[in-house]
Amino acid sequence: MSPHLSAAPIAQDTLPRVEKQESFFTRFISTRKHILINLTSVLVFFLIWEYIGTSGLINPLFISSPSAIVQSAAQWVQEGSIWNDLYVSGTEFVVGFALAIIVGIPFGILLGWYRTFNYIFEPFVFGLNATPRVALVPLLIIWFGIGLWSKVAIVFLGAFFPLVLNAYAGVRTVDDLLLRAARSFGANDWQIFRTITLPSSVPFVLAGLRVGLGHALIGIVIGELVAATAGIGYEMAIAGATFQTARLFVGILLITIAGVFLTGVIGYIERRFDAWRPQRM
Amino acid sequence: MNGKLEATNVCVEYLIARTGERFRALEDVCLTVNEGEFVSFLGPSGCGKTTFLHAIDGLVPVTRGEIRIDDRAITKPGKDRAMVFQSPALLPWRTVMCNVMYGLEIQGAGGQAGKQRVTNLIKLVGLEGFEHRFPNELSGGMQQRANLARALATDPEILLLDEPFANLDEQTREFMQAELLRIWATTHKTAIFVTHNITEAIYLSDRVVVFSARPGHIKKIVTIDLPRPRPLKLKRQVEFLKYEEDIWEMLQEEVAKMGMRAQET
Ligand SMILES: Nc1ncnc2c1ncn2[C@@H]1O[C@H](COP(=O)(O)OP(=O)(O)O)[C@@H](O)[C@H]1O
Ligand SMILES: [Mg+2]
Repeated sequence: MSPHLSAAPIAQDTLPRVEKQESFFTRFISTRKHILINLTSVLVFFLIWEYIGTSGLINPLFISSPSAIVQSAAQWVQEGSIWNDLYVSGTEFVVGFALAIIVGIPFGILLGWYRTFNYIFEPFVFGLNATPRVALVPLLIIWFGIGLWSKVAIVFLGAFFPLVLNAYAGVRTVDDLLLRAARSFGANDWQIFRTITLPSSVPFVLAGLRVGLGHALIGIVIGELVAATAGIGYEMAIAGATFQTARLFVGILLITIAGVFLTGVIGYIERRFDAWRPQRM
Repeated sequence: MNGKLEATNVCVEYLIARTGERFRALEDVCLTVNEGEFVSFLGPSGCGKTTFLHAIDGLVPVTRGEIRIDDRAITKPGKDRAMVFQSPALLPWRTVMCNVMYGLEIQGAGGQAGKQRVTNLIKLVGLEGFEHRFPNELSGGMQQRANLARALATDPEILLLDEPFANLDEQTREFMQAELLRIWATTHKTAIFVTHNITEAIYLSDRVVVFSARPGHIKKIVTIDLPRPRPLKLKRQVEFLKYEEDIWEMLQEEVAKMGMRAQET
């Protein structure tokens, strides 16, 4: 009989240690493997694109080619207008998205917390949310002109509804058992809101940020395509009208890079809250 | 020392919102629990044990009758009572430390003194070294220890426990029972423990209140005359087994009655 079998009963009650079977080396390889395959597949994609675009298999007017896109980007930088375009689009995004966060999240929380407030605004929120935002663009241009503020409004409206609806859902989806525990300790409404409702709505709000971000980026491009005097989308509209396919791709890439980067930022914030998230496999 | 509970003719009805009907969960319950006593509520599932416990905590209003603690009629939750819930109901975004602190914080007694108290309690329930873990990083038994510590932190006179070990495996459960008795012995609180496990009720209690169902009322109160401290092996002694058999027979009648009524409907 092994003496280890008569372990103290407390061992029953402690967390089983998860022994990592893999050695550090194999893990090193397998994580690198992931990235290596990622990089290779992207590289192969660009090589094939380059080949098709330059060999004349498909008219370069349709698909351009990576080398032409790089050249076009360099030219855009040389012209110097790219900095202003980035600045204009960036400002539209930051102001519109920030306003949507500042107004949308508290608004969604109020909607979930106060019944009367909910009854008053519910028809407008759900009605406007069902309206395709593009349909409002001409109206917003009449109201705000073709400068900064019409695009801010479009970005704002794009991000506002996902933020409101997610914050609302977060406030309404609170674990009954936690509410009961709080009440059992004598918590008042404000304490329940602060210690239970608000923290438990965080994952919902973050999901709203993620969706809102996508809508905000779409808002910039649509707004600038329709009516603008500068910005990435504005340049894309011109490039499209004059068949500068490579320049069009530069615009698409810039928006994509911004989207990937900002989604990464939100992913980072989400991971910071992961420690207490119920683990799903 | 405080923590005397008196329930007289307590009746609890739930309003079923969907149909507008009133459902009587508890009828005419009279019970006195003395200061420092350990009492279990035992009965088949659905007989109103949780309802009664929630009424004592002030989470559910009584429809008729009265519950008094130390001669004050209770209407809402108060500092003199604390609940240990069946599912641990720990705040998932708080560490063990901050969870145990929760009740104190709500009652405005956080701060440095609170922190010291919480540290001591974490030691008492055997969670030392796990203060900074989140609940989802703990086993079920450890979560219940945190749940217990959180209830003890507010220094209640009456500890209300609603099947706290029901979701634990058998070994952990037995171990936690012994732990609970050890902790109870050092804190001298009045304890009311809900369970549907006969052995658990006898092992822990000074008295076992056997409930009968539909609507729930007290069928019998059995005084458990076994010496303390009680080692786990007490469960295999003749006197213990005798209690088990008596109570088993009482419950058997109840279960049969409920089964028959289920067939009628
Ligand atoms: N909130 C509620 N609304 C309506 N009926 C309820 C509610 N809570 C419990 N009941 C009913 O009251 C009875 C007693 O429930 P409960 O006190 O939870 O029993 P136990 O804890 O003994 O299993 C059950 O029949 C249950 O369906
Ligand atoms: Mg119950």
